[in-house]
Amino acid sequence: MADETYYAPEDLGKFGQIGENAPELAKKFFDWYGAVFEDGALSAREKSLIALAVSHAVQCPYCIDAYSKDALEKGADLDQMTEAVHVSAAIRGGAALVHGVQMRNHATKLSM
Amino acid sequence: MGLPVLKSLGARGSTLAAPSAQRDALRRLPMIDFDKALGDASLPSLRPSGLSVLQVNVGKMCNQTCRHCHVDAGPDRREVMTRQTMEHCLALIEQAKISTVDITGGAPELNPHFRWFVEECRDRGAHVIDRCNLTIMETRSHHDLPTFFADHDVEVVCSLPHYRATHTDRQRGAGVYEKSIRGLRRLNEVGYGQGDPKRRLVLVSNPAGAFMPGSQASLEREWKRELLRNHDVRFDSLFTITNMPISRYLEWLIETDNLESYMKKLVGAFNPLAVSGVMCKEMVSVGWDGRVFDCDFNQMLEMEARALGAGGETMTIASFDVETFLAREIATDRHCFGCTAGSGSSCGGTTT
Repeated sequence: MADETYYAPEDLGKFGQIGENAPELAKKFFDWYGAVFEDGALSAREKSLIALAVSHAVQCPYCIDAYSKDALEKGADLDQMTEAVHVSAAIRGGAALVHGVQMRNHATKLSM
Repeated sequence: MGLPVLKSLGARGSTLAAPSAQRDALRRLPMIDFDKALGDASLPSLRPSGLSVLQVNVGKMCNQTCRHCHVDAGPDRREVMTRQTMEHCLALIEQAKISTVDITGGAPELNPHFRWFVEECRDRGAHVIDRCNLTIMETRSHHDLPTFFADHDVEVVCSLPHYRATHTDRQRGAGVYEKSIRGLRRLNEVGYGQGDPKRRLVLVSNPAGAFMPGSQASLEREWKRELLRNHDVRFDSLFTITNMPISRYLEWLIETDNLESYMKKLVGAFNPLAVSGVMCKEMVSVGWDGRVFDCDFNQMLEMEARALGAGGETMTIASFDVETFLAREIATDRHCFGCTAGSGSSCGGTTT
């Protein structure tokens, strides 16, 4: 089928189905997951922005969908959300670039 | 990028200016009816539980034209409550021993009898709430409002969708955020927002988009911290209010293809526990022309409160009968899912 894709937006709403064959593990995961995002030393908004940034780092379209909405609901605005994505991009970009030191180590060792 | 300057639906000749067209837009959606949702949750039809709040919409004129306004208020609206209708409201305060008068609009302060009405309500011992858009205090004839509010112990409930400018100006118009902050500072200067029950300052946040508000308590902490840090502004409480799919917000939902998913979200978040706290059970809402409604949302949809029985007579404040009003069934339609979603929503914030 031409319109088949690996990612379907409606699958996000089916996340709970993951518990059908391992209900106890799923319960532990979802209870813990819910607790992670409650107000604590970090506010629910700050946690949502971290989740949004990580969503971009792991490039999960479900997570980006969910946490774009969640961050707005938690009181973040588009400026804050954009800065969060830049943090993600900076770490990903920086992670690539800092490995350049390894490249330089190897290259220096091999070169005259 | 500049923000568009809006006019009211009526001034633009929009078909959605007609309340029946708004209800039809919701009726066309493939979704459950509100009464069916009540029944499925084994809940009865909505009936009043008392009458402690008189909400008076004193007119649709406003100095702003907010994107989400459920009243379709704006500078081009001319509907204004007369002093005679206000006198009928005052009579009801005495007759029904109303404890709270909640004055709304448009910008209520634009009604020429606003200050007189506030004074008369206070003389009758009622707690008075003014739903203020903050920017009205920037106009020359209303510059002294903070002092007037303080002199009469008026609770000031102000709209501020976000503690930063971006979302505030997108919803309420370019430059509104800065003016709002100036207004809040002036209210602080006369003692508002610092814990004094006679100088109560409440902020109201409606989401600036097709999403529901988050936890009121959590957002209040954020709003307080950020407004203090960035502007040295203090306030007492934050109310989060779910946007109602009517009037200009409905128009926006339709234009942006968000209507069906937004309603699905509200229906999916239907909370039976929130039903017992809906505001229509404890209030009467009076329109600028003296007609009587269950709430300000039904008022804008022109769904009048009706006496129980075959005739189903409508009511006016001029000939208001408390017993008949308390014996009625509350009129509902699909927009009511806005008040029962998640933590519940009312003019006083969350309800659970």
